[in-house]
Amino acid sequence: MSEFLQQLINGLSLGAIYALIALGYTMVYGVLRFINFAHSDVFMVGSFIGYYLGKHIPENTVWGGIVILLGAMLGCALLGMLIERLAYRPLRGAATLNVLITAIGVSLLLEYSGQVFFGATPRTFPAVFPSANFNFGNLVISTNQIIVIAVAALLMVGLQLIVYRTKIGTAMRAVSLNPKAAQLVGVNNDVVISFTFGLGSALAGAGGILYALNYPSIDPLMGVMPGLKAFVAAVLGGIGNIPGAALGGLLLGTVETFVNGSQWSTYKDAIAFAILIIILLFRPAGLLGKFTVEKV
Amino acid sequence: MPRPHLYLLAALLAAFGISHFSDRIDPYHLYVLTGIGINIILAVSLNLVNGYTGQFSLGHAGFMSVGAYLAAAVSLFLGPKILGDSGGTALQQGFMFLAALLAGGLGAALAGLAVGVPSLRLKGDYLALVTLGFGEIIRVIFQNVEFLGGALGLNGIPAYTTIFWVLAVVAVSVFVVTCLVNSTYGRGFLATHDDEIASEAVGLNTTRYKIVAFVIGAFFAGTAGGLYGHFKMTITPTGFDFTKSIEIVVMVILGGMGNTLGVILAAVLLTLLPELLRPIAEYRMIIYSLLLIVLMLVRPQGLFNFKLGKAKS
Repeated sequence: MSEFLQQLINGLSLGAIYALIALGYTMVYGVLRFINFAHSDVFMVGSFIGYYLGKHIPENTVWGGIVILLGAMLGCALLGMLIERLAYRPLRGAATLNVLITAIGVSLLLEYSGQVFFGATPRTFPAVFPSANFNFGNLVISTNQIIVIAVAALLMVGLQLIVYRTKIGTAMRAVSLNPKAAQLVGVNNDVVISFTFGLGSALAGAGGILYALNYPSIDPLMGVMPGLKAFVAAVLGGIGNIPGAALGGLLLGTVETFVNGSQWSTYKDAIAFAILIIILLFRPAGLLGKFTVEKV
Repeated sequence: MPRPHLYLLAALLAAFGISHFSDRIDPYHLYVLTGIGINIILAVSLNLVNGYTGQFSLGHAGFMSVGAYLAAAVSLFLGPKILGDSGGTALQQGFMFLAALLAGGLGAALAGLAVGVPSLRLKGDYLALVTLGFGEIIRVIFQNVEFLGGALGLNGIPAYTTIFWVLAVVAVSVFVVTCLVNSTYGRGFLATHDDEIASEAVGLNTTRYKIVAFVIGAFFAGTAGGLYGHFKMTITPTGFDFTKSIEIVVMVILGGMGNTLGVILAAVLLTLLPELLRPIAEYRMIIYSLLLIVLMLVRPQGLFNFKLGKAKS
């Protein structure tokens, strides 16, 4: 039983990170209807911003950790908006495939630039937050896990508030529902899309820091696998659906952790894709998504 | 194209001719040429799926790996039993290799059928994701099969791939794809690409066309994988990951989807580019990715697509 609870906690803390990355995918898909492949590399850049900031900020302090977290979020938000402005905006209205290829190009650019500027060898991420382990019977919970789950929950609540309680959030939902109609009623689509990229990328930056807290070895290709899995999580929950992305991330993280703890551990990278295929075949709109009938 | 069979014959003869001079070609050039040939086969076969039929597959490297592993297994495990200790004559080895390539191709085609039947009901991004997922699953399975070397991969594959084999398979794949899409039957691929609903309305079985395209594409990807394995002499599961699939997709898109000649040119260019940029090795992949972005911004219809006025979203 305690074994089960332990795995569940580990799974939830991994899932919370997947959920944060998945939110970025799902929001961009909501407003632009394409898979932003570069998102996983924005996540990687977030970790590296944390790594370099960590050199100037004392370790093991709460305020230092918060500064690093906010710094990474800000840096990633700017990067995301820059990518959107330079690479995606000129292609507005082009075929989806072209945007997809551009996204792949941006992703490769970030990865290879990372290998040149950060170096290809893995770095050790500093212990930014003070850490301790709490024991509840056989259960071990680290402060890092608590921080991950707490920060992720806080950010998700904040996001929900932005999307449903603010003017720009309403505009985001309008653009996602019908871009042309949104424009007709006076929404500036470019501003909304730029904001969406900034918001999603900031979450990815936070995800990058949280991921590096739990797996403190970072390298320029670290984003690829978590990125793919987070996208699976977004599809699992229903792409374009914000609570769905959170649910999908938590589910995927938990399942993966349980598989990792079983005799099938070497198949853990395949399990996410197996789930993806099953869900797409039987419920293509995802767990929380609405099924839409194609009209001619 | 009139009398395509003659073209095929000429190409095969030319391949045979060139292979006789291969001793005099610089080994490095031969190496690059082989790489170009393999990439042409991959790109032309993916073009049947992504270009002509309009389905977006991101799992071509997965099928390539199935072919590479099967062909290598045939040569490594069956080869010594059939050819004996002496290794057989050159002709026997040739037939052995042909059998290995066919086995690889057929295995990949079977995998294509298994993947295609359930997933081709999906469209666009979703199909891309499912094929990507299958590609990754195939990779993880190979990583876990001890019999095929696990994560370390298969080593010591006989170096059967010569320039003749590569050019011959290139000729055959281009021939098959060109003849197929230009045939009466093959118009269905284009119809499926142009408007699926209209095609169904006039009685075409679009699902069937998609599956046929997928299986044929997978067959040639498998054959290319066989050539690749017997060229590099060692294969690892990570050599056929998501990045490799993307590389092939990029060739198809830069060549102009559904334009075989353009795709061949793009395959040549994109294989040469990293080689040409070798002196500035550190920055070459940065330049490669920047070029990709700039090309998409400047020439979204593909580098070698000169058809006018046709923009399909």
